[in-house]
Amino acid sequence: MKWLTATLGSSIGKKLMMAATGLSFIGFLVVHLAGNLSIYAGADAFNSYAEHLHALGPLLGVAELGLLGLFLTHVLAGLILFWQNFQARPNRYAVNRNPGGKTIGSATMPYTGLLILLFIIFHLTNFSRFFVDQGGTTIYQIVSTSFQNPVYVGLYVLAMIIVALHVSHGFWSLFQTFGLNHPKYMPAINAGGLILSLVFGLGFGFLPIYLSFIA
Amino acid sequence: MTTTGEHTINITLKVWRQKGPQDKGRFETIPVQNVETHESFLEMLDQVNEKLTHEGKDPIAFDNDCREGICGMCGCVVDGIAHGPQKAMTLCQLHMRKFNDGDVIAIEPWRARAFKVIKDLMVDRSPLDKIIQAGGYVSVNTGSPQDANALPVPMEVAEKAMDAAACIGCGACVAACPNASAMLFVSAKVSQLALLPQGQPEAAQRAIAMVNTMDDLLFGNCSNHRVCEAVCPKEISIVNIARLNREFMKAGFASEAV
Repeated sequence: MKWLTATLGSSIGKKLMMAATGLSFIGFLVVHLAGNLSIYAGADAFNSYAEHLHALGPLLGVAELGLLGLFLTHVLAGLILFWQNFQARPNRYAVNRNPGGKTIGSATMPYTGLLILLFIIFHLTNFSRFFVDQGGTTIYQIVSTSFQNPVYVGLYVLAMIIVALHVSHGFWSLFQTFGLNHPKYMPAINAGGLILSLVFGLGFGFLPIYLSFIA
Repeated sequence: MTTTGEHTINITLKVWRQKGPQDKGRFETIPVQNVETHESFLEMLDQVNEKLTHEGKDPIAFDNDCREGICGMCGCVVDGIAHGPQKAMTLCQLHMRKFNDGDVIAIEPWRARAFKVIKDLMVDRSPLDKIIQAGGYVSVNTGSPQDANALPVPMEVAEKAMDAAACIGCGACVAACPNASAMLFVSAKVSQLALLPQGQPEAAQRAIAMVNTMDDLLFGNCSNHRVCEAVCPKEISIVNIARLNREFMKAGFASEAV
């Protein structure tokens, strides 16, 4: 087992864990967004989506535990990397200029990550079955009531912009970490990351606006 | 030397002065008159040092050797950019024509926990040597020389290996990296051997040993910011970092090296 702990414990190993879990979250977000889009089809469609999800029974619990595991790995590895990187330069430069390369997404990665962590906790306390009694009211009612509050709409839209920023660097970065970078296809991966961050930002971000002003 | 003023500028340097590794260090402001725009950045520093020496002051310590951009000895962070504002150029090949009359120029040493400041702008880059040492040897057959074409190497692969081997080990990638990571350097050194058949027998061991040594020497981790590739005087690409990641994965998960 030394080969596994030594490999994953190294700087590249921690990056690999970040990349693998990050890729899983991108998959999760795609499925989450696809499900949420049923809101546009009306209350019944959205409620039935939620019912079908709950009908999975214990499988849903297993999936949630799996997500929690991926989540803890991503956050812990990320925090360790952040701390090590912070320590690697005890004396900062007096003058800082970006000669190229660094983007808003890459420069803010640890901070957008921590904000997303806070948002996920907030999001779960708002809507998840662990914190909200879903017996009497349908999930559509819970969600649409929440978004009558403009503060919620603002917070959710802001959070989705932050997610989009995080994905804008995270997506291409995970391919680079997996060693998948070649001039042949890197432009396509970069474009894919940009499109994906826009899809997540607009796709999720427009839902609260739709629910509060249009639906 | 022209005295018309057409090719001379007056500048102000804000230079990092530090007596030794234990000293806290500070910026010193030095006005410099009549700088020839044809001078290189290091010749400008020579000019300043000459004046400082005449005045009985301590000259600014900075590393340099070949002054033709191939040895990797020189390098400072000029106005927030490693090796200064000119792309794909070492500090010794940066010329004062890149600056304007009246400019205030900040000069700082490479800053990283792994690189201790020796004096002023000189830093100890021996951690890079330690990584090279950890890389070990390449097996070669002794005896009579073998036929030059016995090991076929496609031209494209030879070119890639050559591109990686262009690394002069100046440390600008570490200096510029927001995380003070040495991944670009290590990736170039691993790539130049991993690409060629001669580098295969020890490839797995080499990738693991060099990465572990890099970690032990307290360099930061790569966050794929790509600043390293932007400042590299030899334009080493981060495609090499992807190759290092592949080599490290292969070594960790699919070799007998660990």
